[in-house]
Amino acid sequence: MARAVTNQRKALNTAIAWGVGLLIFFPILWTILTSFKTEAEAIANPPVFLFFDWTLENYGVVQERSNYMRFLMNSIIIAGGSTILGILVAVPAAWSMAFVPSRRTKDILLWMLSTKMLPAVGVLYPIYLLCIQLGVLDNRLALVVILMLINLPIIVWMLYTYFREIPGEILEAARMDGASLKDEILYVLTPMAIPGIASTILLNFILAWNEAFWTLNLTSVDAAPLTAFIASYSSPEGLFFAKLSAASTMAIAPILILGWFSQKQLVRGLTFGAVK
Amino acid sequence: MGQITLNQITKSFGDVQVIPPLDLEINEGEFVVFVGPSGCGKSTLLRLIAGLEDTTSGHISIDGKDATQLPPAKRGLAMVFQSYALYPHMSVRKNIAFPMRMAGIDEATQKQKIEAAAKALNLTDYLDRKPGQLSGGQRQRVAIGRAIVREPAAFLFDEPLSNLDAALRVGMRLEIMELHKKLETTMIYVTHDQVEAMTMADKIVVLQAGVIEQVGSPLELYHAPRNKFVAGFIGSPKMNLIEGAEAAKHDAATIGIRPEHLTVSKTDGAWKGTVGVAEHLGSDTFIHVHGTGLVDMMTVRITGDIEVRHGDTIHLTPDMEQLHRFDAQGLRIA
Repeated sequence: MARAVTNQRKALNTAIAWGVGLLIFFPILWTILTSFKTEAEAIANPPVFLFFDWTLENYGVVQERSNYMRFLMNSIIIAGGSTILGILVAVPAAWSMAFVPSRRTKDILLWMLSTKMLPAVGVLYPIYLLCIQLGVLDNRLALVVILMLINLPIIVWMLYTYFREIPGEILEAARMDGASLKDEILYVLTPMAIPGIASTILLNFILAWNEAFWTLNLTSVDAAPLTAFIASYSSPEGLFFAKLSAASTMAIAPILILGWFSQKQLVRGLTFGAVK
Repeated sequence: MGQITLNQITKSFGDVQVIPPLDLEINEGEFVVFVGPSGCGKSTLLRLIAGLEDTTSGHISIDGKDATQLPPAKRGLAMVFQSYALYPHMSVRKNIAFPMRMAGIDEATQKQKIEAAAKALNLTDYLDRKPGQLSGGQRQRVAIGRAIVREPAAFLFDEPLSNLDAALRVGMRLEIMELHKKLETTMIYVTHDQVEAMTMADKIVVLQAGVIEQVGSPLELYHAPRNKFVAGFIGSPKMNLIEGAEAAKHDAATIGIRPEHLTVSKTDGAWKGTVGVAEHLGSDTFIHVHGTGLVDMMTVRITGDIEVRHGDTIHLTPDMEQLHRFDAQGLRIA
């Protein structure tokens, strides 16, 4: 029997949910609002919420002072490149672990995940030195590879979970029906795994887009993505909250729009298997 | 087409040998049932024939050609899985068309064959539905349809009815048997249900721990089980197996008598016991008898109905013509 929920109770729950949602969204909202204020209003005490002189001045200054498009392109290349490369490596890996598991498969999966438990700064020194030695400091390709490696455990885990949901008998049926390995992947497995693959790509793209530790430490000019663009406005010499906010808004806007349009896909992907 | 020969095939998973060297001949057009308790290796044997598992050693030949190393698709066999294994993202039509599409058969022929299969399996109205919108029985029919259109040398069925409810199972059992009569193609059918085995098979292969205990027609197995295992496995309710002094009287280590070969009397008989539970099926009555001093519980099958109550004393007399005798190794004494 379904639990009886009174209307009052429902209204209360809805209010709480909205409250929590707003609380989580508030920093982003505040950043966006601040980006339209003057520097004086941005640090006004008490803060002004909506009733200030809306201005686009900060955006103009930011665009003038730094080349937004170059940072944006770097972000797209680094996040996109590492995602594509990661998927190419992870699909066969997750595939073999899901469908031809060995005795050590579980251990390997855990070991891969354990690399995420190490603080990134722990390997900063060796990786930094390696980049210098190889002459790839401030290099987009190097960042593509590094971010791919960093997110790989998550991609493999996610794909592994999705593939595990696909019954092996269906693949065997395809094999009996005369499908080659290529046909099996193309006509049977991929169509069945598309929601999983799509949400993995999406999540990984967002993670790579927002990654700040490695992108800040390993880039300076040529390969600097939007994270470096934001960081350049948190200058130690003065507080330019409005400009920093404008830069941040410009940096998160593309990913926010992408996330907005794909939220259904994302939610389905992240709760896949948990609720069937 | 559809002659399958297994020659000394073995299968090991790691250090565990699940199929010791095994020989088996399956003739053209035969309906062969592999039956045995769970874990006896019957599904593994089927998967070896299908090519879904590699043999550890030995040879499999299909229609005289060595198929041991051939991939599943090249063996010309079709398989129906327990879970149906339909492609969930494809319509029924596309599911049935899939093997033909893989074989590169032209669209016109595909269409014609799909329609013929759909008609034969009562699926015509469902061709454009997805498997998720079908009932269990309909899904199973789609799986069979997908197998039929390939015109395989043999059909392999891996416990195809175990996911269906009892009523549907009886219906599908008949449909598969009729299909076999119509197509006259070799069929290999795996089940743990000895009733399915008895009713469907031309030839039953009884397996235990990867070893073939006996191969024969259902009635051969029923009337002349080669050993105690087959005697106990084939027939429902189970054969009563009696050891000790009573068996020694018949120069055997064990004697077996089927429940239907015992007669009941309230006054006199060879063995005396008390009624435990009586199961009244209408057409038959199964009486479980305790305290005979021979076995813990002896089962008797009486045709029709009989008035017995829990605790009643009854007398049982075996039909000596139908008595089975086994030696100390459990093998049948002729």
